[in-house]
Amino acid sequence: MSAYLIRRLWQMLPTLAGVVLLVFALFKFFGGDPAEVLGGLNATPEQIAAIRQQLGLDRPWWQQLGLFVQRITSFDWGKSWATNEPVSQLIATRLPATLTVMLPILLLDTLLALPIAVWVAVRRGSLVDRTIMVITTVALSVSFLVYIIVGQYLFGFRLGWFPVQGWSDSLWTNLSVYAPLPVLLAVLVGVAPQTRLYRSFVLDELGHDYVRTARAKGLGEGRVLCGHVLRNALVPILTNIALALPGLFVGSFLIEVFFSIPGLGREVLLAVNRSDYPVIQAVTVYLALLTMCVNLGVDLLYKWVDPRVVLQ
Amino acid sequence: MSAVFDAPRPALQRSEGVWHAAWRRLRADRVGVVCGAVVLAFLAMIVLSATGLIAADWQRELAVPNAPPGFVGAQAAEAGAALEALNPSGPNADLSDVDPLAPRYEQWDARAAQYRTVDTPKRHTLPLGADRLGRDVLAKAVKGSEVSIFVGVLAAIVATLLGTALGACAGFFGGRTGDALEWVYNVFTSIPGILLIFAFAAVFGRGTATVVLILGFTGWTGVYRLVRAEYLKHAQRDYVRAAQAIGARAASRMFRHILPNISHVILVQLSILVVGFIKYEVILSYLGLGVAVDQVSWGTMLAEAQSELLLGRWWQLAAATLFMATFVTAFSLLTDALRDALDPRLRGLE
Repeated sequence: MSAYLIRRLWQMLPTLAGVVLLVFALFKFFGGDPAEVLGGLNATPEQIAAIRQQLGLDRPWWQQLGLFVQRITSFDWGKSWATNEPVSQLIATRLPATLTVMLPILLLDTLLALPIAVWVAVRRGSLVDRTIMVITTVALSVSFLVYIIVGQYLFGFRLGWFPVQGWSDSLWTNLSVYAPLPVLLAVLVGVAPQTRLYRSFVLDELGHDYVRTARAKGLGEGRVLCGHVLRNALVPILTNIALALPGLFVGSFLIEVFFSIPGLGREVLLAVNRSDYPVIQAVTVYLALLTMCVNLGVDLLYKWVDPRVVLQ
Repeated sequence: MSAVFDAPRPALQRSEGVWHAAWRRLRADRVGVVCGAVVLAFLAMIVLSATGLIAADWQRELAVPNAPPGFVGAQAAEAGAALEALNPSGPNADLSDVDPLAPRYEQWDARAAQYRTVDTPKRHTLPLGADRLGRDVLAKAVKGSEVSIFVGVLAAIVATLLGTALGACAGFFGGRTGDALEWVYNVFTSIPGILLIFAFAAVFGRGTATVVLILGFTGWTGVYRLVRAEYLKHAQRDYVRAAQAIGARAASRMFRHILPNISHVILVQLSILVVGFIKYEVILSYLGLGVAVDQVSWGTMLAEAQSELLLGRWWQLAAATLFMATFVTAFSLLTDALRDALDPRLRGLE
């Protein structure tokens, strides 16, 4: 087990190096000149030169790459170019807001989609099944933007059930007042594709022989579904949740933009619009690292869910 | 000689080709046929608007600002006329002997007559209403469809070509090449998709071509994985080894022998990507990272519609949503039908 863990961690290094190289090369060779972004339109050549010297842009590219790696390992990205706020502090203060919205969304999505998926899968081919599949397809073809725009207008502006947007400093107020509308809309939109996916997982399992055996020996349908089918369908379901986990931290930037939630996703989008390179680079590199760790964690979970899985 | 061929042959029939069989299955799928027709209609509309036959003047202000949808434009004009009737009429009092400007009126009129003035009658209603500048929402939706679908399809083609080429190399050659490409794949998949798109967008700026490139460069990983798996499988098959034995070069084996055998996988992936990329384009354009300012797409229409909806002007939102939902639904269902037709083993699984 520990040998497996060490080998996996060791294998993460080249990938991480690749991410660092990709981000570095992207901004170094394709991005605009940071000195000109920072200096603004009225900068004199002397100012530009000073900024270049300060950022180390006048050195050869491999020394700059060294600086870049140094910043990653020391968690010190300097300050945001746009707001002068230290990047590490920026990430630390924006993350809680993002998680406040995203965690309930993920929980509700999964908890709602699973029972619906099982229910639909059992009635495969019936009118209910086909109706739900058609509704999901049509619902999926409308942009998420439309759902937010209409939802905000209807529930926030017209009916006045929720505040249209806003955020506060207290976790409880956020959860009870400001988060419900974005969570509701995101779940409304998210449940459909999740259901579709989970349905296919459950259907996949329902066709196996062990299901027939379980039924043949007289187990109740509930026991067959919950005890056998669901347990086996858990592996793809877990994979799917794991794939969604890293996205949790960037948050749905659309939701954050529409509802003025001071989260990480909105911050990244602002950074893109302001050409605020340190913020984008830091978030990208750390999220890649996080994604790799989550993937490793899920692989370990497989072992726990399905003892037949051999880690190698 | 010909007599030999003309003789009634025994039951030596050619077995049905993959594409022929798929076409037969697709034609039997009623939903697939209807959706295919809808998609074809959209494509015809795009061709017409791209060649300037329809919706070429979508930027003209041909109605009053925010004209509501409807076909009864005259009614609104009549209401205006009724209002005018209430005003006092008749000739104005003659003030020419006390008006200091009176001698110049004729001169001014003559000078004004030298310029050609066009009085454009603004319409009061349009079939789908007008936006805040008085532009026809229907024309905008048509032009927006052109941009959105064009970007989605082109980006999907870029991503598919990239994924196929890399996947073919990784699966066919294996070894060092395979390891290197696997590494690139791992790097790209370890960054959450939307962040990768943002990072590329921050660097490359905006514009239609940029969006196509960004989506293409970030979206190839799914195609790569599938194509690589197929090549791994096919590279060891007998027909490929036979081709090698008669001296076919590697490139020929990869693209002339194996590629046609896995083209159905690629086609299905391509159409799945189109739907995803159209949705991404709409979001990127809404956020201002997409198409240029002087263009219209479903995303920019939705961006305008957001503030209009607050004032009760729902028609632009409805038009953009309707066009997008129709096309994307038809395309998704067509993709499903295509997958069922090309790969019958998967039928009904999803």
